[in-house]
Amino acid sequence: MLENIRLSFQGIWAHKMRSFLTMLGIIIGIAAIIAIVSTIKGTNDQIKENLIGSGDNIVEVKLFEGEWNYVSGDSMTPENMPMINKTIKEELLSVDEITAVSAYRMGSMYDGIGYQGNMINGATIIGVDEEYFSVMGYRLVSGRLFDSHDRTQFTKAVIIDSNTASSMFGSDSPIGKNIEIRGDVYVIAGVVEETNEYKPKVENINDWYTYYYDDAGSKLFVTDVVWPNLFGFDEPYNVVVKPVNTEAMTNAGKKATEILNAYMPVNEDGSESIYKYKSEDLLEKAKELQDLSESTSKQLIWIASISLLVGGIGVMNIMLVSVTERTREIGLKKALGARKKVILAQFLTEAAVLTSLGGILGVGVGVGLAFLISDIAAVPVAISGSAIAISVAFSMVIGVIFGLIPSVKAANLNPIDALRYE
Amino acid sequence: MLLELKNIYKNYNQGNMEVPVLKDINLTVEEGEYIAIMGPSGSGKSTLMNIIGCIDTPTSGEYLLDGSVINNYKDKELSEIRNKKIGFVFQNFNLLPRLSAMDNVALPLQYAKVGKKQRREMCKKVIAMVGLEDRMNFKPTQLSGGQKQRVAIARAMVNNPRILLADEPTGALDSKSGKQVMDLFDKLHEEGVTIIMITHADEIASRAKRVIKIIDGELLEESKQTQEVTENE
Ligand SMILES: Nc1ncnc2c1ncn2[C@@H]1O[C@H](COP(=O)(O)OP(=O)(O)OP(=O)(O)O)[C@@H](O)[C@H]1O
Ligand SMILES: [Mg+2]
Repeated sequence: MLENIRLSFQGIWAHKMRSFLTMLGIIIGIAAIIAIVSTIKGTNDQIKENLIGSGDNIVEVKLFEGEWNYVSGDSMTPENMPMINKTIKEELLSVDEITAVSAYRMGSMYDGIGYQGNMINGATIIGVDEEYFSVMGYRLVSGRLFDSHDRTQFTKAVIIDSNTASSMFGSDSPIGKNIEIRGDVYVIAGVVEETNEYKPKVENINDWYTYYYDDAGSKLFVTDVVWPNLFGFDEPYNVVVKPVNTEAMTNAGKKATEILNAYMPVNEDGSESIYKYKSEDLLEKAKELQDLSESTSKQLIWIASISLLVGGIGVMNIMLVSVTERTREIGLKKALGARKKVILAQFLTEAAVLTSLGGILGVGVGVGLAFLISDIAAVPVAISGSAIAISVAFSMVIGVIFGLIPSVKAANLNPIDALRYE
Repeated sequence: MLLELKNIYKNYNQGNMEVPVLKDINLTVEEGEYIAIMGPSGSGKSTLMNIIGCIDTPTSGEYLLDGSVINNYKDKELSEIRNKKIGFVFQNFNLLPRLSAMDNVALPLQYAKVGKKQRREMCKKVIAMVGLEDRMNFKPTQLSGGQKQRVAIARAMVNNPRILLADEPTGALDSKSGKQVMDLFDKLHEEGVTIIMITHADEIASRAKRVIKIIDGELLEESKQTQEVTENE
């Protein structure tokens, strides 16, 4: 066998050009498949990372008014919304998939916010509980977070995000400065910054609308006890839960939604309220996008397989030529006592070595191509070891399949006819 | 009795016509004989030899080798006979151009599944016998005609066959190389190998102990030994 492989390489080397051209179909087919598989895998990894991040994840459970995210200050306040109090939070925490819970109230304000008469273009004002900053992954940049004093005394303290800090105060420290909100004066207690570990990346305007629209602009945080001074006591809460791990996101969101919706009021006529809590299932969204990209890639792989088929036929053709060319050699070998299966093995090995070599070269070209594509199209590559192994094995199988007819033909040659062949 | 041909016929199909090439050949060969086959071109000498060498099959008739009828042998048994019992030397050497002399000689051993080390030993021995120790690693293109034919003889003999078949072994050689080859045959004959060769040259045929003539596909025995006996009487 080893002898056969050695001889095959000799044969291939003796006809370099011809062997290369024969392998070309296989090389192109395998290269295309490797490039497609690698970029698809890379794209899928990126979809997942973009949507759900690679670090700790959270699931937002927001109140919806029909199809739309309810934002306090934008529309009429719904009535009889449940207070997300300790009892409900503990009920949420009792779910296996949930490790932390935070409830907050959020409202938009388009005017009346400013510093020393300089008004800014509105802001999102978030009333936060004790867990909010840690669950959402905020980091304290300067100053302090809210403490129990702020809650018991209803302190008019505000925490701002670092973007707002730099746009309003430049390089000056904002700590201790006063911000005017609708005529009320709030003292800046601290500056926080998103650690961004779990946040989806924004690559285009659609992503921005999908994930950040309601986070846009300045963010001001006050305690949830002070927040109703600005928007009213009846405004509903949003909830954010932290799942035990990424895989648990879907279930954590679903269960949290069920629990919260059980507290929702029913309309007077008994019909369901148009207000409902919904979780953003990023995992599912990622899967949908991945499925889409995978189904496209499957079609591409079918097309690439045609190249492999054509390559295989090329191999069959060249093997038939090779058998004809070496008819005398086959006759001689038989006259010296080579059995049919020896001849068969020799030609099958040669075909398999030829296509395997094509497969290996194809993998090389495909990996190169994948990196080239990633360079040009800015999609990441993920080289899949199993795809490489399967490709090489598959090209070997192509050699055996398409080499079979020529090899059987060689093995069945009559020794004297073969020896006499001119 | 080493081999026996009984009523062998060989026909070739030419279009619709059956062309008879061998007609009712009967021949017995004893162990250790040295036979020359002569006859005009196209008379069927090579055809007969190919049948004896099991690389061609007769249209009808019986072929006994070592006492068994081999007509219905399949690929497995026939390859074994070609490999172990018969050594074939061709007019045009038939060496594989990409292999060295050594590797050419080793081919039959490879098919006999002889281990690599032993293969080398056996090859060296026969190559030494034909006097080409210093050309062992040469490719056929680097050898003269006579040297090539000696490599071919080494290859034919490497598996210690009982029968050496040679179809015009000196046909492509000059007289000096031809003589070297014939000397080798004499030596092998002395060692007890049965030799059957085809030749057109009388002085080469004269080395054989028995001469067979084939004319138009029919066999005519022309034994030197019996001639000598008659002369002596
Ligand atoms: N494959 C074949 N098909 C048809 N006819 C054939 C075939 N092989 C040989 N013959 C015919 O058989 C006859 C004998 O051929 P063979 O080769 O045995 O002659 P030969 O005695 O060896 O001649 P030479 O001395 O020239 O080598 C020839 O007439 C040839 O044309
Ligand atoms: Mg002849």
